[in-house]
This record gives sequence, structure tokens and C-alpha cells, in this order.
Amino acid sequence: MDALVAQLQRQFRDYTVSLYQLGFLDDQFTELKKLQDDDSPEFVAEVLSLFFEDCVKLIGNMARALDQTGGSTVDFSLVGSSVHQLKGSSSSVGAKRVKGLCVTFKEYCEAQNYEGCVRCLQQVDIEYKTLKTKLQDMFNLEKQIIQAGGKVPQVSIN
Amino acid sequence: MAEVMRPEKLEISNDVTSSLASQELLHVLAVDDSIVDRKFIERLLRVSSCKVTLVDSATRALQYLGLDGENSTVGFEDLKINLIMTDYSMPGMTGYELLKKIKESSAFREIPVVIMSSENILPRIDRCLEEGAEDFLLKPVKLADVKRLRDSLMKAEEKAFNNIMLHKRELEANDIYSQLKRAKI
Repeated sequence: MDALVAQLQRQFRDYTVSLYQLGFLDDQFTELKKLQDDDSPEFVAEVLSLFFEDCVKLIGNMARALDQTGGSTVDFSLVGSSVHQLKGSSSSVGAKRVKGLCVTFKEYCEAQNYEGCVRCLQQVDIEYKTLKTKLQDMFNLEKQIIQAGGKVPQVSIN
Repeated sequence: MAEVMRPEKLEISNDVTSSLASQELLHVLAVDDSIVDRKFIERLLRVSSCKVTLVDSATRALQYLGLDGENSTVGFEDLKINLIMTDYSMPGMTGYELLKKIKESSAFREIPVVIMSSENILPRIDRCLEEGAEDFLLKPVKLADVKRLRDSLMKAEEKAFNNIMLHKRELEANDIYSQLKRAKI
């Protein structure tokens, strides 16, 4: 049992560190983890869940605003407003890559660059889904550790 | 011994003395249109031992405070907000406009208002501070920011409380009561 726990803990540590090193997560995610304790043991998962729902909503708004079918013109300020909101919430949860994409996306909105916006929309959609999968894997490792009778290690990022 | 009637102005409001005496938690009204940020600020405040009320717009904040002209959700006597923290950029009414409305209100102008923003824009910060904001915090807000706010608020309340108690003792020492007794008030 102990060998399994140790192995899972090692996997968890390595996986978490890689998420930071590959730029998926930043310091703000560490801050979120610090706010989680016995009083609020699911806090990180809850915030991230709200974030991913927000992604779906905001990306939907952006897609609709960028829709030119029927000859409608694009309201770039409308797109920009949703991008601004997504930038804010990604910043609050430490979703570093999503936030970075939003910065670029915002510039394209301000420049009223349609192709740039459409590209960013596609990228941000892929990016949040990738992050969601990676975090799901991380949460699953946590569950496995606990089920194996171990404790989830604190991972320090240098 | 005949009963001495104290004039109105010597009566100390129960509100001030009891809030510190009963060690009530600081009650913070947090205003943000982002559900993620509301969840986050709520946790920051709870961890800092604050009572939290969350609203998703400046309009709802005004409704809660009873400043929108309609009936408020809570009776004024029950409403004891120690701090308002509001996002700057919100659809409809901005945090800046909310700040102005609160400072214009005789009932609530004394409540410290903190503005939060993801954008570090100096003219924006200046404008808010000029309008009477207690502080301007960059998002994401840090736990250290919240603790600093809470500590300075507790100090301010304690200072106000001490001033009032000191004033009360001075008046008693001046023996105003007996003078009034003689004047048969």
C-alpha cells in the first residue's frame, strides 16, 4: 500500500510541476491551493469548475459576435468585452496560457482584425479544453492518493 | 436619590459600543459581475474571518443598501456593512459610479469603499482615490491585501470606540449631570 501511495505521490508531484513548467498554470493557482483547507476542501475544484463554465459562456458570446452569416457586421467591442472578461477570470485562477491568448485576442479586437480574432477564438477554445483535461487528470491523481490511504503532497514550484 | 435625566447628546449609540464589545465579524459587501471572482473574493474574505455578502452588480449593491429608491432587502437597522469591495469594470453601472453614489449618501458615505481592477491605469486609480475610495487593489487580489484592509479597519473602529469612551468619561468628570440636575432639566 505504501509503495503505491509513494508512486502516486511522485506521479502527482511530477505532473503538477510539469503543468507549471509548460506554462499551463502560474502563481495564482498556487494561491488558490493555499486557500483550500478542511473548511473548504473542494475550493480549487469549485473555482475551476466555475471558470470552465465561464469559458463556455464567454467563448459562445465571442463566436456569436464574430458570426458574419447573413451579412451582419462584426461588433469588435462586443467581442472585446467578452475577451476582457475571460482574461479576468483566467487571471484569477492562474490559467496562464488562456490568459496569454486573451491578451493577444484583445489586441486583434482593438485592431478590428477579423482573421486574427477568428484564429484566437479557435486557439482559446482548444486551450481551455486542454487545461480542463489536464486538471481533471491532476484531480484524479489526488483522488487515487487519498483512496490509497495517502495524503496529497504540497508541491512547491521554484 | 432623584433620577437624573441625561440630555440626548450624551447618550452613546449602542451600535458603536456593542459592535466591538461583542466582537462581531467585519461584514463586507463584495460587488463583482464575474462569478469566478466572486467565488475567489468570498474565500479570501472568509479566510480572513469576515462575514461576506456577494452581489453581481452595482445596481444590486444599491438595492441591498436601500439606495435605489425602492424598498431595500434588509432593514437599515440590521444592515451593518463595515466595508464595500467593488470591481471597477462592470456592465451597466461601474464600480466608480457606485463609489460616487455611496459617497453622496448620508447614510453610507462613512463606509470605506475599495475598488478592484485587473488594469493598472494610473488616471483611473487617481480618479477613484479622489472620489474617496479607501484603496485601489489590482486583481487578482492577494490575501495579504485583504488582511491589511481588515487590520486597518479594526484599528480605525477601535480608535473611534476609544475616542467615544474617552469623551464620555470627560463629560462625566465635568459633572454635567449634577449641573443639569440643579437646573431641573
